Amino acid sequence: MEGAHAQASGMGGMRAAGDLVARMQMTRRMRLKEAKRYVADKLGCTPRDLSDPIAMEQIRLEKGLGTLAFTSSVHPDEPGMMEAKFNIGKTLDIPINCVGRFKERARL
Amino acid sequence: MGDGSLVEMTRSEIKADLEAGTQLAAKKAKLPELAQSELDHLLDIYASAARFTAVDIGDEVILSNDGTGTKHIGNRVQDLQSYEALLGVDIVELWQIDYAYKAIKTNVAHEGQTMKIAQNLLTNPVQYGAMPDLGRYSKPDGPIPNWSELLPMGKIDEARQAQEEACEMLVEDIDFVADAMVAAGTDGIDFDTTGAAGDADFLAGLTACRRLRDKYPWLGIEIGMAAEFVLGMHGRLEFDGERLAGMWPKDQLRMVQQAGASIYGPAVNINTGKSTAWNIARAITFIKPAMEIAEIPVHVNVGMGVGAVPTCVYPPADATSRASKAFVEILKIDGY
Repeated sequence: MEGAHAQASGMGGMRAAGDLVARMQMTRRMRLKEAKRYVADKLGCTPRDLSDPIAMEQIRLEKGLGTLAFTSSVHPDEPGMMEAKFNIGKTLDIPINCVGRFKERARL
Repeated sequence: MGDGSLVEMTRSEIKADLEAGTQLAAKKAKLPELAQSELDHLLDIYASAARFTAVDIGDEVILSNDGTGTKHIGNRVQDLQSYEALLGVDIVELWQIDYAYKAIKTNVAHEGQTMKIAQNLLTNPVQYGAMPDLGRYSKPDGPIPNWSELLPMGKIDEARQAQEEACEMLVEDIDFVADAMVAAGTDGIDFDTTGAAGDADFLAGLTACRRLRDKYPWLGIEIGMAAEFVLGMHGRLEFDGERLAGMWPKDQLRMVQQAGASIYGPAVNINTGKSTAWNIARAITFIKPAMEIAEIPVHVNVGMGVGAVPTCVYPPADATSRASKAFVEILKIDGY
């Protein structure tokens, strides 16, 4: 069922930019159109690019926003999960809870 | 059909079911019926012989995916990773099989540790979810006199008092679990199937939400409902001076917005004896007035018994994708 929804109308999560738009909905209570516009502006692309996995892979690699592990295996020097979330918080100008706690606990 | 069985229907029969579905919902909730253009659009979606359908490129929405995972792929964190990587959902939810805040309270350190591990292994937002599930506080499962036993005996005041006491306990438990999950790094908290035990259950969700919003301005808080209508098991409970019993999605949304939630999840239950066309017209009629006033994202519950997706273990992809497309294109929802 989740697979059907994902294919029928999902943004693709971190295969594209669904995770980034989701963070704006969660953190700033933005509705979809506003959240897509906000993320697109921060990434320097169009809202339509946000669900395009080819466009977004390039943008994510350029900005260090993380790509899927099997993609990352051919780019071993790119940010992993927590490292990517540091960059996502900075790029979108939002607090990410686990990043803040990581910094605090690592005495960074 | 609403039970997942495959039937053949003519275009005229589907059209008749769409009209009957919207008429029933409109009458029941005193709402306008869907416009002819909306019914025509639904007819195009539901009368198609295609095995699968989808929205246009660029119209995709967010999948918050409550109850993420299948519980048979490795451990729970691997479950979340597989949904992130293979299905491409946008938010994943960590949860345990005893899906209620009261149950999690006794196990919260373990759940918090699992959240911490999940946050280290995923890039997606990870929220923690469970049901408020007020009924657990009544005897024999909990310490409070059982209002479902008191009501048939005519002990109305005692039943109301019991629900008020249970509500207070539930708010404390949600708060306790949420604090632990925030300390473990969660991105959000999901109150799933809120209102399942009626207006006191809904009040507990709203009260806990407001308390969490005051403490954590950045926290994702999703309030997903149990049904299209808030049952008046108490009947007199209010939030911000408004009576909760009898609320339909539009008023539910107003309360959820006022409480400070990030995401509202309306739920319209399936009638298993009717077609999916009948069910989608009914569901969209109930939810449409909420969409017209929404200031926060609305993630409609669209799965396995709600939102015109059949009540069965393996919902057919044709029914699921049609519901998906219908909600996105007609209601302009923000996710599900």
